[in-house]
Amino acid sequence: MMETWVILGATSSMARGLARALADRGAGLLLAGRDMADLEATAADCTLRGARLAEAVKFDARDPSTFGPILERLGKEDGSLNCACFVGSMPPQADIDADPSLIEGVITDSFTGPARFLTALAPMIEARQMGCIVGVGSVAGDRGRVGNYVYGSSKAGFHTYLSGLRNRLTRSGGHVVTVKPGFVDTAMTWGLEGMFLVAPPDAVAASILKAVEKERNIIYTPFFWRYIMMIIRSVPEPIFKKMSI
Amino acid sequence: MWKASEYAGWGRVHKAQGELARPERARALSALAAEGPALGKRRSYGDACLVDGGKAVDMGRLDRYLDFDAEQGLLTVEAGCALGQIARDFAPRGWLPAVMPGTGFATVGGGIAMNVHGKNHHGAGAFSDHIIEFELETPKGRKTVRPGDPLFLATVGGLGQTGIITQATLKLTACKGDLMMVTERRVPDLETFCDLLDESEATYTVGWIDATARGEGLGRGILEEGETGSGLVPAAKRGKKIPMDAPGWALSAPVVKTFNAAYYRRVPLKGRTVVKPIDDFFFPLDKIHDWNRLYGKNGFHQFQCVLPVEQRPVLREMMAKISKAGLASPLAVLKRMGPGSAGHLSFPMEGYTLAVDFPNRKGAASLVHELNAMTLDAGGRIYLAKDSVATAAQVKAMYPDWQTWAKACDAVDPEKALVTDLVKRLELRTTT
Repeated sequence: MMETWVILGATSSMARGLARALADRGAGLLLAGRDMADLEATAADCTLRGARLAEAVKFDARDPSTFGPILERLGKEDGSLNCACFVGSMPPQADIDADPSLIEGVITDSFTGPARFLTALAPMIEARQMGCIVGVGSVAGDRGRVGNYVYGSSKAGFHTYLSGLRNRLTRSGGHVVTVKPGFVDTAMTWGLEGMFLVAPPDAVAASILKAVEKERNIIYTPFFWRYIMMIIRSVPEPIFKKMSI
Repeated sequence: MWKASEYAGWGRVHKAQGELARPERARALSALAAEGPALGKRRSYGDACLVDGGKAVDMGRLDRYLDFDAEQGLLTVEAGCALGQIARDFAPRGWLPAVMPGTGFATVGGGIAMNVHGKNHHGAGAFSDHIIEFELETPKGRKTVRPGDPLFLATVGGLGQTGIITQATLKLTACKGDLMMVTERRVPDLETFCDLLDESEATYTVGWIDATARGEGLGRGILEEGETGSGLVPAAKRGKKIPMDAPGWALSAPVVKTFNAAYYRRVPLKGRTVVKPIDDFFFPLDKIHDWNRLYGKNGFHQFQCVLPVEQRPVLREMMAKISKAGLASPLAVLKRMGPGSAGHLSFPMEGYTLAVDFPNRKGAASLVHELNAMTLDAGGRIYLAKDSVATAAQVKAMYPDWQTWAKACDAVDPEKALVTDLVKRLELRTTT
């Protein structure tokens, strides 16, 4: 079946992995982000790997005027319309503590910007009665921790949004997959201290695609993070508040 | 941006502790070019891919195809792309990298920096013979480099000392499909082996030598001659992983001797022709991920030299010395090389090239050292991608253009920010 995907935040290595996997099966791709030169390179790569269509399109989570043209371009394609959202930003918590004005940017990048885009996309999926949205959240959104609670809370908000969107789209044949990656070996985590069980981005991309095919609702990737987070969520607050994990 | 890392060459004898950057976007490279040299998949055996106590740039995430001209077979690709990946993706469309080394994990950038050769060197030449152009991010700025440019001669085989190769346009070679028709034949001794290699008219030719055989069987082995083909055979199986370092006895002399004898007899007396997926022919060891761990935690050395054709007797002496030493591993390869290529430090030249692994046991380094000395006396060279024991004097004598090369490197890297452990050990950038 003909499918077209918008990849938001397509410059990230996880997104690049998914774009390649989709290209392999001949999907159409709109690669959205800010670094146009890099997106053009990924578009060329995807075309040579078999994508039916691969175009770089401008997307800035903080600039809603970039949203309309992408949706308009997407609407010109036949078949299913889909979106995978990898957008987010994670400045060090210490920087945020020193400059609270950074908070709005984090929330916009990781939650409200994507939410606004996806809410505008939803009617298009409803109209065609098919299509899938992949929202990439984070295990950091499962419980607020001293180390990155602003980023974590933005992802928690995004998770809740995706849950509601799934509830909405399922009525008209659409589907929403919430992806909660653990530590992934990307530029974001490169050289950070305290990383363990770091997963390669291609493996994460493969598990995302599998979740799309099986219409899973919420996945942790790699899978064992489901159990790690189950434990972390079950620690009673009086104890948790004294921990620094 | 920088990650404190401990890493090793493929032979795992040499290690480095240093900082690595791993950019995911090409635009980051201009700022990194003055910080340290680029590294590919680190498949050089010795210390060519190490910067102990310094910085280096891991190119693994920059591996995209940027352009392909399907009429001419011209592929523009980012430097971190593995050559085996190109082969897998393009062979079904009728194109292969014109030159592929023995591991498909080697990257395009690494292929240029080592000016690698393949099983078709006698006909196709080296990697540098199939480059249309490449982009080089030097500490002094970005340059497009084409064959004939002075910087081309300093960069192909140039050990990464002129800057970061960011992308390259390669002329691929047409192939019939993603299969190989391989004719395998037993060869009873070294003299016959050299004759057969000289006479072989196949596109791809390589010899496996039983480095444990002595006496009349000295230098016996199997000659493989391959041509590309198309058809249907099961795809190559996904690789297996070596989960841990093997114990020291795993590749001890009796084990290897038995293995080699069985491997030799595997091919029927009259020879045979088999059909293989391309990966199995070009990169037989890649199926076993981390096969270097079979040599145990002490690692191994690989010796590779090329000797002029008239030096067959020296080749014989070498084989005798190797089998007598009793250190040999199952991996020994003999090939005939065609005329040499551009590049001040490029390894390939006309003659016989011999590559042998030695587990890093007592006597291994000194054996390689003796073989290096024999190579020099015979007017040959050793391959710097493999080396970990040669001396500065030996290598400078083997590569008489080294000073021209060093000057070209200094012109774009005056601060010597790109020096690797191998370059330091061999004093290649000290122009005195």
